[in-house]
Amino acid sequence: MAGGILVYALHDDEGNFNKNSLGAISEAARLAGELGSEAAAVVVGEIGDDACAGLGAYGAKRVFRARSAPEGLAQPVVDVMAKVIGDEGFSYALFGGGLLGFEIGAGLTARLNAGVTMEVTAVKVQEGKLIAERPVLQDSAVVDVGYVGEPGIIIGRLNAFDASESAGAQAEVVDVDAQLSEWSTKARMRTRGEQRGADVNIEDAEILIGGGRGLGEKDNFKLAEELAGAMGGAVAATRAVVDAGWYPYAAQIGQTGKTVAPKLYLAVGISGAIQHKVGMQSSENIVAINKDQNAPIFEFCDLGIVGDLHKILPKLTEAIAAKRSG
Amino acid sequence: MKICCLVKEVPDAAVQKRLDSATKRLDRSGEKNLNPFDTHGIEAAMQIREGGVAQVDEIVAVTMGPETAVRALHKAVALGADRSVHLTDAALEGSDVCATGYALAKVLESEQPDLVLLGQQSDDGECYTIGAVVADHLKMPSLTQVIQIDVEEGKLVCERQAEYGYDTVEVDLPAVISVGDAINEPRYPSLKAIMGAKKKPLDTKATADVGIEAGQVGLDGSKTQVLAINPPPQKESGKIIEDEDTNETVEQIIAWLDERKLI
Repeated sequence: MAGGILVYALHDDEGNFNKNSLGAISEAARLAGELGSEAAAVVVGEIGDDACAGLGAYGAKRVFRARSAPEGLAQPVVDVMAKVIGDEGFSYALFGGGLLGFEIGAGLTARLNAGVTMEVTAVKVQEGKLIAERPVLQDSAVVDVGYVGEPGIIIGRLNAFDASESAGAQAEVVDVDAQLSEWSTKARMRTRGEQRGADVNIEDAEILIGGGRGLGEKDNFKLAEELAGAMGGAVAATRAVVDAGWYPYAAQIGQTGKTVAPKLYLAVGISGAIQHKVGMQSSENIVAINKDQNAPIFEFCDLGIVGDLHKILPKLTEAIAAKRSG
Repeated sequence: MKICCLVKEVPDAAVQKRLDSATKRLDRSGEKNLNPFDTHGIEAAMQIREGGVAQVDEIVAVTMGPETAVRALHKAVALGADRSVHLTDAALEGSDVCATGYALAKVLESEQPDLVLLGQQSDDGECYTIGAVVADHLKMPSLTQVIQIDVEEGKLVCERQAEYGYDTVEVDLPAVISVGDAINEPRYPSLKAIMGAKKKPLDTKATADVGIEAGQVGLDGSKTQVLAINPPPQKESGKIIEDEDTNETVEQIIAWLDERKLI
């Protein structure tokens, strides 16, 4: 339908929908309200009628379900969404933040010869069309992006859109028989969602010490752990150090990790790349220790210390322990 | 096996980047460098070659950009590519993601690679998407942000982090893979390689040479328009302490935390 917005609803292997996808559905419903159009969702895999219809609570009027398409890889979803957009005439595709949304949105760009904007933090309506707001150059400016022709593809930044639920509303479930492209079947999931390292809980901690590559080596995480111990907090990590095997995946913050908002986030040796920032910027107080005075984290912290963490952390830990015991 | 590595010339990290208010595009003047993320793609190609499981006949660096982008190609060759291809044409200026992905796919089509490797993002545009756009045009499977590649008969086994943890995915060749920076530590080029880079073959191609339709690229072929550039939401800037006397620094941190009842 003209002005209609189609959202991809990602889910895990148990069928739980992703929070960022639900946020995107709510955002699409809000925008569709302004445009006088419809918000709908696409779901792939064996998801039951009730679960699909339940997306109505977040604002989807219809849910297009492709049972035979696998979840977890982008290209089969591109096939499904391209078909639904073609058959039903949606004007926009909207994705919540996350890796798959980027890949599917990019694939649709090629398939439909469509404009795409990524890392979008807000969407607004101007003269009956959607305009995407996108921060650029390490968030030093925000550009308004409009679309030439249809559809327009909007890929949100992590946590950009909040889910809002109105209990009871049900979506109409429409089964879609989408033919997968030959190349979409040439990537196959062997294992999905493997957890690596110990299971740690960082989401409930009021004080988090975040460790990054600036710690220098795996063993130096003990500096962060000792400080966390002294303060009664937990230790979190950046993706770079998790991928390097220095710290467990369960402690990772950011784009493909967790989102946290503790009372205090104390970042040590973290530069503050956007992918990390999106997972912790809602923290009440942000303190950063980094030896590079040009690190982006100094642009958004509340207290920044330019210095060598290896000198500062042991003394800080000692002083806090002394203060707390005294 | 023939591997094409997509590379890009970007403003040097030390250059203060800005948007040109007239064209609403990134001002790309000043010192430039090879996109650091793409060096991981070249290193991944070198490790496949040296790994011995698959015979790599050729590694070709491919870029699209103005004349100056030749320097990024020289650097890519110094890091291990055997030759390079430079797509350059005034008609390409102002291309958005959709148009750039199409143009790169056309130049890659003329090379018929078995594997296309690239970095997960450019240091300037922060788009993360080009690999998947190129792949769909080439009708190849693709995966982005890959941190481990193992070569098996006719396919790759790739690992990456997605929303729910680590995924292991089999990808049949030919394929387009964008790599994360955790995949490897790129080597430093030897002096000899740097000196020899300019002597390696470099093909310069215009849009017509690779069958790019003029209406599909440049500003006119782009499907997005930057309508306005605005300042970011104002945030009160934080307090910054330069650590000179660590004891004093620690006292200041404690006082700051104490004031906010965080200890």
